[in-house]
Amino acid sequence: MGKYIVKRLLLCLLLLFFTSMIIYAIMRCLPSSYVENMARELSTRPGSKSYSEWLAQLNAMYGLDVGIIKGYFQWFGNAVKGDFGDSWQFSVPVTEKFSEVIWDSFALGAISFVLQILIAIPLGILAARKQYSRVDYAVTVFALLGISLPTFFFATILKLIFSVWLGWFELYGKVGRFHEQLDAMGKFLDIASHYVLPVMTLTIVSVGSLMRYTRTNMLEVLNSDYIRTARAKGLPEKRVINYHAFRNTLIPVVTILGGSLPGLFAGAMVTETLFQIPGIGYTSFLAIRSGDIPFTMFYMTFLALLTLLGTLIADILYAVVDPRVRIS
Amino acid sequence: MDNNKNAMNDNPIKSVDHTANAGNEHISTSTSLDDEQRIKVLSPGMLVFKRFIRNRLAIVGFFIILFMFLFSFVGGLISPYGETQVFTYVGTMAKEYASVTHNNQFRYTVVEGKEYGDAAHAKFILAKNQGASVFNHNDTDYGIVQEAEDFYRITQITPIANITYFRGIFAVNPIEGNEISGTLEEAVKAAIDSGAEQFELEGDIYTIKRQNRDYVLGKSETIALESMYIIDPADKDLKIDFDFKYAAEKAIRTTDSGSFSVHGDNFAIDEYNEISVIYKVNSGERIPYAIVSEFAIQPSSPEIFLSLDFKATIQRAITNNQASFVFEDEKGSTEYTITKLNNVYTIKTETPTHLINMYESPSKRHWLGTDAHGMDVLTRLMYGGRVSLLIGFIVVFLETLIGVILGGIAGYFGKWVDMLIMRIVDVFNCIPFLPLVMIVGSVMDSMDIEPQMRIYYLMLVLGVMSWTGIARMVRGQILSLREQEFMIAAEATGLRTSKRIFKHLVPNVVPQLIVLATLGLGNIILYESTLSYFGLGVKFPLASWGNIISDVSTAYEMTNYWFLWIPAGLLILLTVLGFNFVGDGLRDAFDPKMKR
Repeated sequence: MGKYIVKRLLLCLLLLFFTSMIIYAIMRCLPSSYVENMARELSTRPGSKSYSEWLAQLNAMYGLDVGIIKGYFQWFGNAVKGDFGDSWQFSVPVTEKFSEVIWDSFALGAISFVLQILIAIPLGILAARKQYSRVDYAVTVFALLGISLPTFFFATILKLIFSVWLGWFELYGKVGRFHEQLDAMGKFLDIASHYVLPVMTLTIVSVGSLMRYTRTNMLEVLNSDYIRTARAKGLPEKRVINYHAFRNTLIPVVTILGGSLPGLFAGAMVTETLFQIPGIGYTSFLAIRSGDIPFTMFYMTFLALLTLLGTLIADILYAVVDPRVRIS
Repeated sequence: MDNNKNAMNDNPIKSVDHTANAGNEHISTSTSLDDEQRIKVLSPGMLVFKRFIRNRLAIVGFFIILFMFLFSFVGGLISPYGETQVFTYVGTMAKEYASVTHNNQFRYTVVEGKEYGDAAHAKFILAKNQGASVFNHNDTDYGIVQEAEDFYRITQITPIANITYFRGIFAVNPIEGNEISGTLEEAVKAAIDSGAEQFELEGDIYTIKRQNRDYVLGKSETIALESMYIIDPADKDLKIDFDFKYAAEKAIRTTDSGSFSVHGDNFAIDEYNEISVIYKVNSGERIPYAIVSEFAIQPSSPEIFLSLDFKATIQRAITNNQASFVFEDEKGSTEYTITKLNNVYTIKTETPTHLINMYESPSKRHWLGTDAHGMDVLTRLMYGGRVSLLIGFIVVFLETLIGVILGGIAGYFGKWVDMLIMRIVDVFNCIPFLPLVMIVGSVMDSMDIEPQMRIYYLMLVLGVMSWTGIARMVRGQILSLREQEFMIAAEATGLRTSKRIFKHLVPNVVPQLIVLATLGLGNIILYESTLSYFGLGVKFPLASWGNIISDVSTAYEMTNYWFLWIPAGLLILLTVLGFNFVGDGLRDAFDPKMKR
């Protein structure tokens, strides 16, 4: 087991190396990037150097005067040491900005994750128990609706209903206008009320897949021999479902859930941007739009790392949860 | 059989069943009873089809997709409007007609051929404010002659002689080029005696300037006028020269005669509230010639011609502090409004103009109204659907192509090939999809790629980024399929490797491929619309369901013009839902393990 994990981790590092290289190459292809805009702006100041001089100076300053490959190795060398450079857009070290915004994303992700589990698993099991019933159809349609909903459209509708018509929540932002004047409890409630719509959006949009996954697995379990045996023994249906079937359904579900744990830190780029929640997703959106290479590089590499960790955790959990699976 | 025939006449629906039965019976009598006859055998394709048909959701999804196709591809042809056709209508709008400036500064008019510029003008203002009658500019002396209130004549003083007049001795030394006549000498002497600084002789004005004990005799000559009045001719061709201006203003300001004459022409003045209309009198006929007032009138566009009468009406209305006035001409009477800002009055009137039909509510002409650009929303939705569906199909085709080739190769060859391709799959899997596509969108933004080309690049990027799922599935299936007997048979017949992979292995994966592709279509449409929503995908003027929604940016538009964005959102939702329903139904239909 230990050997397996080490092997997987080494593979992850290798993949990360290549992934970040591809991302770096794409980032460097941004032609009219942040630097050019800045050079243009600086050169229009009175008594300033010409545009090309500024460009050359800024390129040298930001380490863009070297080729892509050399530049990548420079970046990688620093990244290994934990130095991801300074963000151009926010003019602070990338890691500092990251630690400042990550917790908002995590809070959003975690709340919606818990809600998803609470909604998806019971509904999925219910649908499987009554396959082809009205309940099953309703759950299936609900799940597919969630999967098919464009996030931006759903968020806009929520805003229209809850912010514009009912006026319960604010349209944008993480804190209200009078946040600073509130006491601790008031501040908490203020942020909480700003979180309602984003959490709602995230939950509805992503609850569908977990629900369907639960249903499919429950169906598989319900069709298996040991369930037939349990029923043949004359066990009450309640016990068959809650004891025999549910536990076995949990095996793949827990695996999937464990695998999506790292994703809680990934931030929801679209939702955060729509509600302007200053999490990692919105911050990265701004960074991408302005061509901020250090921050975007960091974010993309971070996401790649989370994906790799997710698969690794899922694989390990698979073996841990299900004693029948052995990893060699 | 007879019974059947009777039933046939009664109920046409039943009859189908019975004729089918009759056919079966007919066959069964002709051949022996074997397995084929007893069990109704369906082809595998038919089985799948039947299972699919029985799934209500899948059928709903199928009809949704069918509708979307008709809507986008046929609808665009049927729709009488174009994708980027802008609708306008002729409406009246309070449009600026003319602007009037109240002039409260001195303006100068120079005698033809003389020099008098802005700098001298400024010196004049200074001198006038100090009450001086002479000022100096560029070593030249100028005299100010007040003709009336706010009406000055500027004279240039040229020294013509130095005069010594000391203790009764009177000597005149003409400055070279000038001659001093005897009468002039007398007049000068008289003037100095009386202490006058100016005197007039034979129509010329002379000035005497004291210089220590001597005097300088200067001859004055009118070179300019300083006045606040503006003379606006009735016609641009009419010549308003210095003489005319001087005579007119002098007549208006000083005399009440109501007439004057210049260069042999007679003019009459009609004065009202400091606004004078000058008529040229030609044998008893009065032709409007010019208007003299403190107002300057400019039409708002060169096409507008303002008649003298109209100008006079405007000016009178302004001096009477009217907020609006009515002017009658051959076209009828029109009302004009006057608004004042500082010294500028704006004359506005309701003018018929071509206006863009923005935010028109749904009507018979425009079923879903018009958008902020005055384009028909329904038509744009149709064209947007084309783009969205086309992008979906091409991307899915691309990703399936790449996925099948790479997955097939990896699954068939195994070993290091498999290892290599699967690591590539892993790398691609690690690259975060949405941020990367956004970066590419930004790149395209900064490269100013035209909207049409953008779509192709978008398809390419989406396709290249999303093939990994299909490659994995194909590889997994082929890994198990290649161990089966039919592959051994294929190998034994000596078929080429490529043929073995793509003719014998891949077709076995087609069901799963179809399912993945259908579900993938929905996903791609979602991604495309999200990108377009953020302005990184399909760009205006091309329509896409995503960018139709993103056009609605303000809360005001959102709440007041539901028809701009709700239909587009519903179309995306329905289309993706349709593909998901069908994909789901297909999965169930293809998978014999699922008991449906």
